[in-house]
Parts: sequence; C-alpha cells; structure tokens
Amino acid sequence: MKTKNLILFILISSFFLIFIVSIWKILATLQGLNIQNFNLQIIFIFGVLISFANLRIGNKIKVFYKSILFSLIFVICDGYLIQNLPLWYNFGNFLILYFFVNKINKYNFENLREQHSTQVIFFDFLTLFGILLFSFVILFPFYMMLITSFKTQIALLVNPLDFSISFDQDLKGLFKSYFVIFESYNFGRYILTSTIVSVGTVIITLIFAIPAAYAIARLNFFGKTFMSTSILIIYMFPAIVLVIPLYTIFSQLGLRNSIEGLLIVYTATTLPVAIYMLQGYFKSIPKELEEAAILDKLSWFGIITKIIIPLSIPAISSVALYVFMIAWNEFLFSLMFLDNPNSFTLSRAIQYLSGDAETPRQYLMAGSVIVTLPVLFIFVYFEKYLVSGLTAGSVKG
Amino acid sequence: MKDTLANTEKKTAYILTLPAVALVFAIILFPIFANVWISFKEVELKDIRIPEPRAKKIVKSISEDPSKIKILYKLRNSSLLQEIRDVSFQDKFPKNFEIEKLDPRCDYKKYTLKCKFGNWPAKYRENFQIAFKTNDGSNIDKKAIKSTKPKLNGTSDNILLNTNFTLKNFKKVLFDNEFVDLLLTTFYYTFFGTVGSIIFGILTAQMVNQKFYGRTFMRSVLLFPYVAPVVALAYTWELLLDPNSGTLNSLLINYQVIETPINLLGQKYIDINILGFDFKLRLALTTVIMFEIWRYFPLAFLFILARLQAIPKELYEAADVDGASPFQKFFNITLPQITAVISILFMIRFIWNFNKFEDVFLLTGGASGTRTLPINVYQQGFAISDIGMGSAVSIVIVVLLLLFMFFYFKLLGKRVDEN
Repeated sequence: MKTKNLILFILISSFFLIFIVSIWKILATLQGLNIQNFNLQIIFIFGVLISFANLRIGNKIKVFYKSILFSLIFVICDGYLIQNLPLWYNFGNFLILYFFVNKINKYNFENLREQHSTQVIFFDFLTLFGILLFSFVILFPFYMMLITSFKTQIALLVNPLDFSISFDQDLKGLFKSYFVIFESYNFGRYILTSTIVSVGTVIITLIFAIPAAYAIARLNFFGKTFMSTSILIIYMFPAIVLVIPLYTIFSQLGLRNSIEGLLIVYTATTLPVAIYMLQGYFKSIPKELEEAAILDKLSWFGIITKIIIPLSIPAISSVALYVFMIAWNEFLFSLMFLDNPNSFTLSRAIQYLSGDAETPRQYLMAGSVIVTLPVLFIFVYFEKYLVSGLTAGSVKG
Repeated sequence: MKDTLANTEKKTAYILTLPAVALVFAIILFPIFANVWISFKEVELKDIRIPEPRAKKIVKSISEDPSKIKILYKLRNSSLLQEIRDVSFQDKFPKNFEIEKLDPRCDYKKYTLKCKFGNWPAKYRENFQIAFKTNDGSNIDKKAIKSTKPKLNGTSDNILLNTNFTLKNFKKVLFDNEFVDLLLTTFYYTFFGTVGSIIFGILTAQMVNQKFYGRTFMRSVLLFPYVAPVVALAYTWELLLDPNSGTLNSLLINYQVIETPINLLGQKYIDINILGFDFKLRLALTTVIMFEIWRYFPLAFLFILARLQAIPKELYEAADVDGASPFQKFFNITLPQITAVISILFMIRFIWNFNKFEDVFLLTGGASGTRTLPINVYQQGFAISDIGMGSAVSIVIVVLLLLFMFFYFKLLGKRVDEN
C-alpha cells in the first residue's frame, strides 16, 4: 500500500512539474526565445528525483535551503541543455521550481500512509493544474489581441511567435494602429454610435421596465400570472427567428440603417430580462412603506419615483449594466439592419473591416481591443452587481 | 368602496404594463406570426421594396425671353416588377406664374399644379413638360423654382399583403436543401457545445469552490469570455488558428509536433488514427464547437458555483467522519446536489446553442461543414435573397425547438416522479 501511494505521488507531482515548466517554456517562446524542445524526459526524471529526495530529506534541513538547492540544480541542468537563454528565463525557471518544492514539501511518508492519500494529492494538484491551465487558456487570446494591436505588419509576418513589445519606439509608433483606425477608418464615429445606442437602450428599457415590473410585483390584475410566466418564455425565443420579418418590416418602414430602428429592437429584446430581474427585487421591498405613501395620497407615479426607485438603486444599476452589455455586444441585428457605414456600430464596423482581405490584422485587433475594453472595465469594476445580474438574467440565456 | 379600489388598481396596472407589453408584442410576438405568413410565400429580397412614383425636376430657361420658362419632369416607376395605381402629382409655383399650355390630365389652381396620371405599369417612364410665363413680365428666379420639390402619391400592391400562398418553400427546405446534413451538423454543434460547456463548468466551479490565493480574481477571469463582445473574440481566435502565420500552428511547428500547418477553420475533415482505427473527424466543426465551449462554459460555471456554495458544510463533515474519499464525496454528495441546476442549464444552453448564429458566422461563415440551421436562415434569406425560404427554415427551427422542449419536460417530469 505504501509503495503504491509513493509511486503515485511521485508520478503526479512529476507530471505537474512537466506541466508548469512547459507553460513557462511556451510563454518564453512567445517572447521570441528560440526554444524548440521541451526536454520532457529530463524534466520528468528531475521531477521524480526531486519528489523522492524531498520525501527522504523531510525536515532534516530548512525548507528554504532545500528549495533553493533543488531549484538551483534544476535550473543549471536545464540551462545547460537549452543554452544561450537570457537570465530572466532561468530566473523564472528558478521561481517555478521554488514554488514546486514548497508545494510538495507538505507531503511526507506519514501522510502518504493515510487512507485516500493519493486521491487527496490528486485533487490538490488537479486544482492547481486547473487554475493555471484555465488562466492560460482564457487569458491568452486577450493577451494576443492586445499585443497584436501594438505590432507592425512586417514584425507579425517575420516571426508570428514573437509577442514581445519593443519599448524603444516612441508612443506614436506603439499606438500607430489606433491612430490609423481613428483617422482613416472613422472609429470615433462608430464609438459614438455604439455609445448612443447602448445608453439609449438602457434608458428606454428602464423607463418601460420599471412601471411594468412594479405592476407585476405589487398590483393585482387579470392576466398577471400569465404575464409573469410568459416573460421567460418570450426571452427564450431565438433572435434568428425574428430577423427576417423584422428586416422586411423595417425596410418597408424605412427604419433600416437608423439608430431608432436598433433602439426599438434592442429595447424589445432586453425588456423581458429587465422586467424579470426588477420585479424579483421589488417584491423584496417591504410593503408597509407604500401603504404609508398611499395614506399620504401619493399617486402610483409618486410611489415609483419617491419610494421604489430610491430603494432599489442596486437592482436598477445591475439591470442597467447588464442591458448596456447586451446592447454593446449585440451583433446579429446590427449586421442585418445596418449596411451604410455612416450608421455602423462598433461590432458591425469591425466585421465590415474584416470583410476586406487587405485590412492589416493589427488594425482589426486594435478595433477589437477598443470594443472589448469598455465591457471588461465595466465588468471588473462593477463585478458584484453584474454577477447577480448574470445569474438572474441568464436563467434565460 | 372596496370594489372601486380594486378597479383603480387594475386600471393602474394596465397603464403601467401597457407600453412594455405593446413593444414586446410589436417586436417579438408579431414578427413570429409574420414569419409563418412569409414562409408560405414566394418572396425575394427585391420584392419587399415598395414601388413608388418618382419625379426628377429639370428647369430650362428660354434664351430669348427671361420671363418664360420650361420645366421638365422625368417621371418613372421605381419598381421593375409592379405597377402603381392612381398616381397623383402636385407641385407649387410662385404667385406671378401663369401656365402656357395645360396638359389634359392636369389642373392649375391657386399656383399649384395638380395632375392625375392614372396607372403606371412596371418600368414606366415619361418625360412630362410644361411651360410658364410670368404675368407681370418680370424675370424668373430659377433657384426658387428648383428648390420646391414635387409630391407624388400612388397605391401599389404590397407583395407581402396579398393572399397567394404556396408550400414550395417547405418542400425546398425538406428535399432540396441537404436537410439531413444540416440537421446533423446543427445537432452535433448544439449537443457537444452544451455538454462540453457543462463539463468544464463543473470542473471550474469545483476548482474555484476551494480556498486559494487569488480566488476572486480567478472568478472574474473565468467570466471574461462570456462578457466580451463576440466579434472581438471570434477574430482573435481566427488569428490564433490561422494556417499561414497563426500562433497555434507556428507553435506546433516550432516544437515539431506537426510538420505542415493545419487549417483548423477551413478544413472539413481530418483523418485520425486511434489504436489502429481510422476515422474522419469533422475538423472545422470541432474547432467551432471548441470556441463555443470556451465562450459559454463561464455561464455553467457561474450557476454551478452558486449551487455548490449553497450545499451545507455538514454533509461533507459527516462524510469525512465516515472516511469517504474525495471521489466518493464528489459522486455521492456534490453531484446529486447539482443535478437540478445541470438539467436546467442543459435545456437553456441547448436552446441557445441551437439558435447560435454569430459565433459560427464570424468564424467560418458556414463554410467547411459548419452550416447550421441559423446560418442557413441567413444564407437563404440574404445571400441567395430568397426571403420566403429563409422564413421557412426559421419556422423549422421553432418547430424543432418546441418539440425538444416538449420531450425534455416530459422526460424530466418522469425522472422527478421516479425519485
């Protein structure tokens, strides 16, 4: 039992070492270093040796010295195998090994003897592995988008693996793609259109949704339950089914290529979510407050503006941010309804840019950064509000 | 007294909900019915423009007499297909104007020229000319005349409103449109996209549910693909997977994993050999599914994490006392607690993936074996410009979705009964 656990532990930790060193090597390659070989076998052998030695030595010497010793040995051997690499690469390698040895330090012969010890170790390493892997897989495209927008056409073609930014050029050279898309591709206008459409959608949606949500949450009327259940069903209805009839109707009414047309469609498609989210919150506001207001002869307009809205600012802002994000990111309707470059939104403009095969990719990526940044900024800054909105809002999607 | 109070409450409720209901009805429910209507018609993109009478005004001065003027109207029917009935014409002139010769179809009263042109067939054109002189012999200001525009009106058939119906579109959808292939592609895309995103959602939720340094940061990072605009993400992926100078192919070649670049988004099939079995993998479709999973697992993650955090800690403590292994804890405690969330997620994601248009459209445009039903709606309606056909495909989507929902709830209902 003990030897089996020992072997499993050593295997798991060695594979983990292979994984983190490989990720480091990929990142180093992407900084323009010439690494063509992972030397997986060597790392594996080192992993086995370090894990075993670590168990043998145990706490006989201080963790700090032990970690430094193992790391140095590894870095020197690895540096010897892949020569001519800069100091920062080897330093990174050293830090990774230091982290690794510290990580396996908490295991010793005693807890390997415990029941389920291999499963515990497996899950321990799997969690770490998952965190690193998912961070890498998710952040890498965003990182690539950003770096590509700072590069020049030639640099991209010469070495597609070089993701380093050269800071020796002046700011104008670094942000060249951004200057170009604002000057020659009219991106200032698209940003303005997108902002008007998104903010407009938020305002109109709230004006329509707050009274409706209040009525559903508080008042008794015929068709109330029908209405509150049909909200969700309506939200499930796919946008692709609406596209053709809306296109024909909007063409005949002359609403295509207009901001008004987009505003109408965006408001209608976000209204069900907004009403659903708001009525849930309104129900949680104590009724006594309104009863007092009714005694004071306040009209429903007074009740909504003086009591309900001030009390539900968190819910309203969460709805507003959520609707803003939907409208800002929307692509299908803007593709269908806009074909005149003067009325493009940002998303549609980027898609239009990409349709021309001649457009250099760094311009495309600069546009992508511009459309992504506001959303990510809002998301990170107001995360608390938005996550509740996403969970409630995405009950539908 | 109480009755009137209830009545006013009702009235208020209707006033408050009316704007929202009306808008949703106009933009969401009405188009769905309109879709059914259009799908039984032979309509093309060019038919939906309403024909209108148009006139171009050209002012000609007569050289020997500055107090006289000729005006030429180039009249035409904007439509190449339909006639316009009862065309009427109206234009205004300055007060000192007198008409020289009146066309029998027209009438000049109160300095306004009114004409009735009758019916204009498709492609109709006419040059309509009239001459004026001033009654006081003063010179004519051409600019003032040019600045007023004639008004034309006419009635025409709207092809969308007539009652000629046909089953042609549905016949075409089912028999001429590689329907089985379309259905299979859509099913693969939807099913594997859904299952994949749920599996990754479970893994990541389980991961973030543990305590580690930087956990809140990790939670926001995991949601990035879900909140970022699809256009930006799709083009970034396209660049990443590009066969000529994409990062992924360059990396793989650099490490000698592959010898020639693989066109992950442009190649329909790839031969794969596992354990001696050769089979063909639909490469572009798989890549698109990967993108789908990457973009939508955060939603599953968010839902499952919320559920995981609500599981009482005592359950795990009791399991620890009993000496349960981590695997046993996961399969016997965690999994049963999250099955309800998973079944809801499966339904939501299935429906939404079934209708997903943007992702596939931006990545491949529906080429190399990634043509799903929503892409087909776009292709039929706008690329081939057969609006009726596009509508018919979208009706098929709705019917399939309703069927799915019906069976899913039936199945789910049975499961709940058994437990």
